Amino acid sequence: MKTIGQRIRRIEDSDFLRGKARFVDDFHIDGMLHAAFVRSPHAHAKIISIDKTDALAMPGIRVILTRDDIRTKTVTDRLAVALPDRSYKQQRDRLILAGDEVVYVGEPIAMVIADNPYLAEDAVSLVKIEYDVLPAVSDCREALSPIAALVHSDGPDNLVAEFVSSYGDVETAFVSATHIFKDSFKQHRGCAHPMECRGCLATLDLVDDKLTLWSSTQTPLVAARLLAEILGREETAIRVVSPDVGGGFGPKLVFYPEEAAVAIAAIILNKPVKWIEDRREHFIATTQERDQYWDAEIALDKDGKILGIRGTLIHDHGAYTARGLTVPQGAVAALTLCYVVPAFRMDVRVALTNKVPVTPVRGAGQPQGIFIMERLLDLAAHELKIDRAEIRRRNLVPSEAMPFKKGFVTRGGIPIVLDSGDYPACQADAIERAGWFDFPRRQSEARTKGRYIGIGLANYVEATGRGPFEQVRVRIAPTGLIHVATGAAAMGQGTKTMLAQIVSEQLGGAMDRVVVTAGDSAQVSMGFGGFNSRQTVMAGSSAHVAAVKVREKVLQIASHLLEADASDLDIAGEHVFVKGVKDMKISLGQIAKAMAGSAGFSLPGNLQPGIEARENIVIDAMTYANGTAVAEVEVDLETADVKVVRIVFVHDAGKLINPAIVDGQITGAIAHGIGNALYEWMAYGDDGQPLTTNLADYLLVTSTEMPTIDLHHRETPTPLNPLGVKGVGEAGVIPIPAAIASAVEDALSIFNVKINQIPIRPSDLAVLLDEGGAGV
Amino acid sequence: MKPPAFHYHTPDTIEQVVSLLTSLKNNRLLAGGQSLMPMLNMRYALPDHIIDLNRVDGLSYILFTESELRIGAMTRQRDIEFSKEIESRCPIITEAIRLVGHRQTRNRGTIGGSLCHLDPSAELVTLCSVLDATISVVGPSGRREIPFTEFPSGYMTSALQPEECLIGISIPLGPHTHGYGFVEFARRHGDFAIVSAAALLELDPSSTIKRAAIALGGVGYAPLRVAEIESGIIGMKATPELWAQAAKACDKIDALDDVHASSAYRRRLAVTMARRALQAAGARALVALEKH
Amino acid sequence: MDQREITITVNDKLFKETVSTRTTLADFVRHQLRLTGTHLGCEHGVCGACTVLFDGMSARSCLILAVQADGHEITTVEGLAREDGTLHPLQQAFSDHHGLQCGFCTPGMLTTLVELLRDNPDPSETDVRMAISGNLCRCTGYLSIIAATLDAAKRLRMGRPA
Repeated sequence: MKTIGQRIRRIEDSDFLRGKARFVDDFHIDGMLHAAFVRSPHAHAKIISIDKTDALAMPGIRVILTRDDIRTKTVTDRLAVALPDRSYKQQRDRLILAGDEVVYVGEPIAMVIADNPYLAEDAVSLVKIEYDVLPAVSDCREALSPIAALVHSDGPDNLVAEFVSSYGDVETAFVSATHIFKDSFKQHRGCAHPMECRGCLATLDLVDDKLTLWSSTQTPLVAARLLAEILGREETAIRVVSPDVGGGFGPKLVFYPEEAAVAIAAIILNKPVKWIEDRREHFIATTQERDQYWDAEIALDKDGKILGIRGTLIHDHGAYTARGLTVPQGAVAALTLCYVVPAFRMDVRVALTNKVPVTPVRGAGQPQGIFIMERLLDLAAHELKIDRAEIRRRNLVPSEAMPFKKGFVTRGGIPIVLDSGDYPACQADAIERAGWFDFPRRQSEARTKGRYIGIGLANYVEATGRGPFEQVRVRIAPTGLIHVATGAAAMGQGTKTMLAQIVSEQLGGAMDRVVVTAGDSAQVSMGFGGFNSRQTVMAGSSAHVAAVKVREKVLQIASHLLEADASDLDIAGEHVFVKGVKDMKISLGQIAKAMAGSAGFSLPGNLQPGIEARENIVIDAMTYANGTAVAEVEVDLETADVKVVRIVFVHDAGKLINPAIVDGQITGAIAHGIGNALYEWMAYGDDGQPLTTNLADYLLVTSTEMPTIDLHHRETPTPLNPLGVKGVGEAGVIPIPAAIASAVEDALSIFNVKINQIPIRPSDLAVLLDEGGAGV
Repeated sequence: MKPPAFHYHTPDTIEQVVSLLTSLKNNRLLAGGQSLMPMLNMRYALPDHIIDLNRVDGLSYILFTESELRIGAMTRQRDIEFSKEIESRCPIITEAIRLVGHRQTRNRGTIGGSLCHLDPSAELVTLCSVLDATISVVGPSGRREIPFTEFPSGYMTSALQPEECLIGISIPLGPHTHGYGFVEFARRHGDFAIVSAAALLELDPSSTIKRAAIALGGVGYAPLRVAEIESGIIGMKATPELWAQAAKACDKIDALDDVHASSAYRRRLAVTMARRALQAAGARALVALEKH
Repeated sequence: MDQREITITVNDKLFKETVSTRTTLADFVRHQLRLTGTHLGCEHGVCGACTVLFDGMSARSCLILAVQADGHEITTVEGLAREDGTLHPLQQAFSDHHGLQCGFCTPGMLTTLVELLRDNPDPSETDVRMAISGNLCRCTGYLSIIAATLDAAKRLRMGRPA
C-alpha cells in the first residue's frame, strides 16, 4: 500500500497552521452587507406588531426584512426538510422568518441588513415587537399530559410522533424469564458547540443569474436542493459551497432559516450579504440534543442470558422538525446491537416542547441507546452477582454468527445486519489492557487510604456509512494534477486527505499532485454531505472505484503510447513507467493532453476522450463498527467530583485509511463523551428560557479534564465496500457515558449509589452519597 | 456580540479620571477588560462613556512597608503572580492568584478590576476579605479608605460612589510564621470557584492558635468570614481533628442557589473547603514555626 | 461615532489606521488588516480562539479594544512562521502530531503555546495542560496538541532555530 493505511501528514494543515484557512467569516467581498436577526425572547408568544421605525433610522441600516418580504421571493417559505416517516402525527416545519406565533426562544423574526455587524446589532435592539406571551411547555413529559399547554396553539396536542420498534415475542420472553430487572433513566445531552459558530455569505451574480451561498454547513448539496425548491430556481442556478468549516458535529447538517433568509436578502438587495452567528445565538438558535426519559426492563434466563428487553421512551423533539426522528430512532436501533437479544420492544413518544429543535449531535441517539443497554446489564450483573464483563461476554454477538441479522430495519426500511467484527475478542482485549481482573485489589487498597476508585465497561456497535451514495469525480488535468471533486463536506475530519490517499493509491502515490475540492455543489451533480460517519465509506468507495477506473484507462492509454503491455506498467509519482525500465515512461499530464484530442485526429487507441471517472457507488446496507470502552474514575467523596483517570478504548472500524486521523477522531469524540457524562448541561427554566447561554456556564471539556487514553485499533474489513472501511467519526463518544456511569457506580458500590442519570453532576451525586451514608 | 456605541476617553492622571467620572453620565471604567468587555460584548452593560484607565500613571505598583503590602488598582494579576516578594511575605495571594482564570486573562486582568466587579466567586475578592484589606478610593471630595468588610454592598455592587475610582489596596502583613491556605472547588481548572476557602493562622510556639481568619467565597454575594470558626478555635491546639470539627460550622451558613450548584451542595462544599484550608494553614504554620 | 487614529505594530509591521473606538482588536486585525488567522469563537473571553500576543504576552483579542493597542505590538498566528515560509517548530510539530483538525482553535493554541515555550522551555505535561486550559478545542481532545508541544519544546531546546 502506497498511501492507504499510512499516517500521512494532512494536506489541510499547512494553510490552517499559517492562519490561511478560509472560514466563511474570513471572506470579504467589496460592498458586502451584514445581517443580524431579531429573535424571540419568549418561548411562546403571539406577535401582535413589529415596529421597525427606530431601527431603520439608525445609521448604516439598509433594510429590515420580515416574513412578508421573504415571501416576495419564495415559492414556499416553509422548510419541509423532514426525512420521510410514517410515525409523524403532526407536521411542524419551520418558517424562514416567523409568522404570527413564535414557539422557542431564539426563533428568528426579522432580519436587519446593515453596513457592518456592529450597526446591525445596534438596530436589532431597536426593533420594537409587541408580544402576547403564551404559556410555554418546557418538560417533554409534561408536554404529553392531557392538561398540558399547547406548544403550537393550533395543535391538537404536543405529540409530534410515536412509534413502536419491536421484533420477536417480547411477551413470552418476560413471562418465561427467570430474572427481570428494571429501572428508569434520564439522559440529557446538550449542544454540539463546534468552535466555529454558523454563518453564511450569499451573493447573486447578475451576469450569470447565479446565486452562490457559502455556508458553514455539513450538507451543501442538500442545501442547494432546498434553496432551489424554496426560490423556484433551477439547481444549476444555485451553488452552495462549504468553505473551511470549524467543526460540525451534527447541527450543521441541518438547513437553517438563516441560510434561506441570507440568500433571499442578497437577491432583494442585489448585494452580497453575510451573516455570522455569535456564540449566544448558537446556544439558542442552533439545534441541539436534549432530554430523554426511559423506562426499561431486561428479562434473563437462569444463566444470565438475555431473553428480551422492553420499555418506553419519551423524547424531547423541540418546537419544530428540523431534521427528523433520527435521535430517538437511532437510540432505539442502537440499543441491542452488540448483544443477542431475541425479543425487543420499545414504545416511543416524541414530544414537542417550546425549545429549539432537537437534531443529531455526534452519536445521533446511539450513545443514549447504548447507555440503556449497558446500565441494564450492570444492574443484572449486580443483582445476579456476575462479573460485569462476564455477563456481557455471555451475551455478545459471537463472531461465528456474522453476518448477524437483527430483527428490524433502518428508517429507510433497510434490514439491520451486523456485517463483520469480533465483539467478544474486542471486549476481551479491552479488559485485559485495562487490568480489569486486578482492579478489585487496587480498589480495596485505595479504600484503605480513603480513596474511591472505580472501573466501568461499555460495548457499542455503531451504524456507519449511511447511504445511498456520495458522488466523487476523479479527473487528470493536462497539468498532470489529479482533481478530485465531491459534495462530501470537510469539517475537520480530514476528508480531503482521506480522499487524496484513496485516489493517490491508484494513481502514483504522490499526495501533493492531488487537488481535492469538497463541499461544492457546482462540482458534482448530486450528493449529500457529512453526517452519520459516512464519508469514508460512501465518498471513499466512490473515490476508490473512480480512481481504479481512471487508473485502468491511464494504463490502457500508456500501453498504447509506450507500446507495452498494460500488465508491465505501473504508476509512481507523476509518471506511468514500464516496470524495470527507468526511461520508458510518460507523464500523467501528457496522457491527459493526448486524451483531450486534436480536431480531425483520432484519439490514441481509439479510446474515449479524457481521463475522468464519476462514481455514485450505491450501498444501502449500513456497515457496523464496534468497540469497547473501559473507564477508570476516582470520586472525591467530599466534593462528589468525578475525575476520569484513564480510558482504554479498543475499537474496530474496518480498514483504516489514515490511522493518525482515526486516532484524532476517537480522542476528540471521547472528549465529547466525557462532556456528556459529567459536564455538559443545557439548562432551561420552566418557562422555556435557556439559562446557560455562555461558555462559562455551559462546560466543555478542557485539556485539564482529559484522562490518559489507551487507544487500540482492530481491523476487520467489511465485505460491504471495496476498501473494507467503516465509519469512525462518532465512535469515540458512543460508549463513554455508559462506561463512566458504570465506573462511578463501581467506585461507590459500598454506598449503594446507582447512576441512572447523565450528566453526573457533583451536586446530584452528593445527594446520592448522603443517602448512601457517605455524608460529609 | 459586538460592543454597543460609546464615547471613549483616555485620561492620563487620576485627577482627570475623577473629573470625567463627575462630568460624564452613564460611564464605566475600563481596566483589564476581562470582566467589562464580556459584558459590553453581550450588551449587558450599555455605557455612554468608557473611561480607559490603562494610560493613567501611578496606578500600577507593588510596595512593601514594614507592616503593609500595597498594591495599585491597575496592577496586572500577572505581576502579582510573579512577584517574588509577595510569594515570600504574603504567600496566600500567590497561591490564590494561580487559580484565577487563565494565563491569557491574568496577563491583562487587574486586581482593581476584579475587586470592583465583585463576582461572588472571585478569588481576589475572597483574599481581600480574609486579609482584612483596606480599599483606597479617590473621588471629588478626595481620598477615603474603606475597610473591606464595608466594600461589598450588594450583589456585584460595591460601596464606591458613582464619581469614585478605586486606586489601590493595602493589606496588613502577618508575621513570617503565619500559616495560610487557599483552596477552592471548581469544575474545571481556571473556572470561577463554586466555593472557595481562604485561611490564615497564627500559632504560638506551643501550637496554640493565637489568631485565625477564615473566609468563604462563592456562598453569598460577598465573602463570608466565618466568625464562629475564627473565635471558636482561638486558644485551641492546632490538630487535624480540630479542623474537621471547626469546619462543621459551615454546614449552617446561608448559601447561594443557582445553575451551578444548590445551596445544600454549596454548604457541603463549604465544610470541605474550610477544613482543607485550615488543614493547609495549620500544616504551614507548624513548618514556619519550626523554621523560625 | 468615535473614531481614533492608532499606530500599531502587527507581526513586525507598522500600521497607521483609523478605527472606531468600539471595534475590538480581533475585528480590527481580521477585517481591517485582513489577517483572518485570528478567530472569534465566543466573544466573551472563554474559548481562546482569538488569542494573540500583546507586547509578547498572550491575551484575548476579543476583550481588547483596537484603540487600546495604540503604540503596542501584536503578534498573530500569521507572524509565527519565518519570512521564507518555514514553519515555527511548534507549527511543524502540530502537523507532525496531528495536533489540529478543523483548524479553528489552532491559531489561539499556537500563540498561547509560543508564549509558554518561550517562558518555560522545558515544560512538563501538566504545565502544557495548564497553559492551554483556557483554549477550547472541540475536535482533537487535546492529547495530540500536548504531544506536539512537548516535542516542539524538545526541538527548540536542541537548538533548532525558532
